[in-house]
Amino acid sequence: MDRRSFLKAFAGAGSLAASGALPAPALSQGAAAKALRFVPQANLANFDPIWGTQYVVRNASQLVWDTLYGVDDKLEPQRQMVEGEEVSSDGLTWTFKLRSGLKFHDGEPVLAKDVVASLARWMARDSMGLMIKALQKEFTAVDDRTIKLVLSAPYPKLLLALGKNNTPMAFIMPERIAKTDPFQQITEYVGSGPMKFARSEWVPGAKAVFEKFADYQPRNEPHSWLAGGKKMLIDRIEWIILPDPATAAAALQNGEVDWWETPIPDLVPVLKKNKSIQVDIADPLGNIGSFRMNHLHPPFNNVKIRRAVQMALSQEDYMRAVVGDDTNLWKPIPSFFTPGTPLYTEEGGDVLKGKRDIDGAKKLLAEAGYAGQPVTCLVAQDQAPLKAMGEVTADLLKKLGMTVDFVATDWGTVGQRRASKSPPGQGGWGMFHTWHAGADCVNPASYIAVRGTGDKAWFGWPDSPAVEKEVAAWFAAKELGEEKAAVARLNKAAMEDVIYVPTGFYYGYQAWRSNVSGIIKGPLPFFWGVAKA
Amino acid sequence: MLAHIFRRIVATIPVMAIVALFVFSLLYIAPGDPAAVIAGEQASPEDVEKIRKGLGLDRPFVSRFGEWSWHILQADLGTSMFTGLPVTQLIVQRLEPTLSLMVVTLILSITIAVPMGVIAAWKAGTWVDRGLMAFAVLGFSVPVFVVGYVLAYVFALELDWFPVQGYTPLSAGFWPWLENLVLPAIALGCVYIALIARITRASMLEVLQQDYIRTARSKGMGQSGILFVHALKNAAVPIVTVIGIGVALLIGGAVVTESVFAIPGLGRLTIDAIVRRDYPVIQGIVLLFSLVYVLVNLAVDVIYTLLDPRIRY
Repeated sequence: MDRRSFLKAFAGAGSLAASGALPAPALSQGAAAKALRFVPQANLANFDPIWGTQYVVRNASQLVWDTLYGVDDKLEPQRQMVEGEEVSSDGLTWTFKLRSGLKFHDGEPVLAKDVVASLARWMARDSMGLMIKALQKEFTAVDDRTIKLVLSAPYPKLLLALGKNNTPMAFIMPERIAKTDPFQQITEYVGSGPMKFARSEWVPGAKAVFEKFADYQPRNEPHSWLAGGKKMLIDRIEWIILPDPATAAAALQNGEVDWWETPIPDLVPVLKKNKSIQVDIADPLGNIGSFRMNHLHPPFNNVKIRRAVQMALSQEDYMRAVVGDDTNLWKPIPSFFTPGTPLYTEEGGDVLKGKRDIDGAKKLLAEAGYAGQPVTCLVAQDQAPLKAMGEVTADLLKKLGMTVDFVATDWGTVGQRRASKSPPGQGGWGMFHTWHAGADCVNPASYIAVRGTGDKAWFGWPDSPAVEKEVAAWFAAKELGEEKAAVARLNKAAMEDVIYVPTGFYYGYQAWRSNVSGIIKGPLPFFWGVAKA
Repeated sequence: MLAHIFRRIVATIPVMAIVALFVFSLLYIAPGDPAAVIAGEQASPEDVEKIRKGLGLDRPFVSRFGEWSWHILQADLGTSMFTGLPVTQLIVQRLEPTLSLMVVTLILSITIAVPMGVIAAWKAGTWVDRGLMAFAVLGFSVPVFVVGYVLAYVFALELDWFPVQGYTPLSAGFWPWLENLVLPAIALGCVYIALIARITRASMLEVLQQDYIRTARSKGMGQSGILFVHALKNAAVPIVTVIGIGVALLIGGAVVTESVFAIPGLGRLTIDAIVRRDYPVIQGIVLLFSLVYVLVNLAVDVIYTLLDPRIRY
């Protein structure tokens, strides 16, 4: 019996128990806990959303800290902490007015100076923030509720930057905390969001607790992702860290937890059979699998070799290895952008469509002068999707007649080694696998992986003036048509230069007990509007 | 005796110093980068580098080791790179679950394994002996996580006698505390039971051949008196030794058991720290475990003298 079968068998028994086919609870079921018990995707190991930008930190932070704006389910930024804003006719001067009555968890009012300090810290870490900072001429607190930002050039995406859901989000903290060096961790967790962080109950690796903030003033509009009224219907949320998926599945079936953010695909069929459990797609924006090649060193410093790999790979192979045979969960993606979002384009993506051309790829390799240089392929064995993708890639490269140096290691090591610009034989690398949250790939704003800024680009360091030209065009675009055109050209250029290779688009599930209501699909778990009977 | 204990405690100091140097050096040369983990997947290489500098990871080995050692001498294990919390606090948070698991496992294991071994020796060569030893072999061979899953499957999911996961502090009541520990202790105890039972049997078999046992029998002493009063006491030295050695097994097994049953103990803290390369936490835990192991060995030596007055140091 392999591990998958074992997990299924183990978890399967739970569905029998929960469906009433087995004896009723005897000893372990006490009175149902009033708290919402949530199993997050990962351990909340730190709690500074600017210093550490892991998704799990952002997801917890949205409970504790609020933002000036928040994107809704149309990915449009809407007012959140601000009452209103004014922009001068030349687009250079922005004035923001805070809502009245906003308070931090320590009882202090939220003031304009807190906003200035918080955004200054955020600007030092966020790619859009850095762009704003580069344009910033003046950024001041005019009075307790008014903030003024003067730019040297218009920045049409300002509200999106302040309300986006990509990490790091522009959270507002008290000035004394926000003055912390952006590369040092904060030590106080005081926000003005709908929940307070119960620091005394925080056991990193085991539990994090959030309690309702009585003085929070939600907006009156209906909630929609990060926009609208964040009305909490639950007084206490317990994040319970369950690293073992079989244990998490069993705990959900046994009623020991209420909501599991990321059930693994192997266990979903079992959970679906259980009448006490609801299962649905978690994030409509899904994920894009990818592998990145090192543009600095042979063999992938030759664009023809990158194109050879690109024309030969089958996204279906990758997706079946990563997600399985449930075709509702994945699809090929001839694009760098998230399907179903306004800027999605397949321009230039033909190279990833249709029958795969192994012979053509071999011919291209020969043309490029590939002479058997080893490809150092970093594969994190402790991350199931990456392990699966790595094995498919190794097989593909071997089919193409390439020499593969398969480095089976863990994610911590990949994280370190991919930062090395040394040649592969001297501690560097040739390729590694990763994935991007679809929410990060809806536009070029925070999409560092698609950039072609050479030495300053993301790992692999692609240098593509054509891509950068279109990124600039998108930032300057004033209406959707212009944005679409720019992104279409960008996609084409990125495909031609093989900035990276998308290996497919896939969804993940979430699962929750039937007595919990109000859970919606979104790029992160939203707790407002969630109730527990 | 007291002088011996004092000498052993003093000898602990260089042992711990070597462990400290060894652990620090290993982590220094091991691949992995906590800054990359902290920065997150979307961080730029420049941000990762700045965080690395912020954590002091760009400093040379000697400087970092010197600073860390100086803090250790002041009983300061440092601060977690990720949580920003003192390592001592993290360890104290996790100590109770792990100690509870180990104590319950020890009690359970000794209670089951010693009588098992005694009975197997008494009934040596019979089906009882073979059955008990087959059970011991099975217990030793099946991985802890498999036993854990099977126990959870039967007793938590099917019968619903115990919870699947978690830990309840002793302060919340004896039964709630024990309820969470029964399945993990059985899972973890299987290897331990097998080990102790086999050693007990072997040691008892040797003792039961001795003349004084024959004398006791000829004087009409009852079987239980022979086994548990005369034989077991004289067979106890190897058993105590293996119980001491087994503490290391428990520490290793706790890492897996705590993961399967989601017990927030030192085992899970160790795994989390290793995965994230949280060096101060790893170093603190290894030092703690090393100290525990040295002290357990010392305790075993002391117990020898109580069990066998002929042993003198």
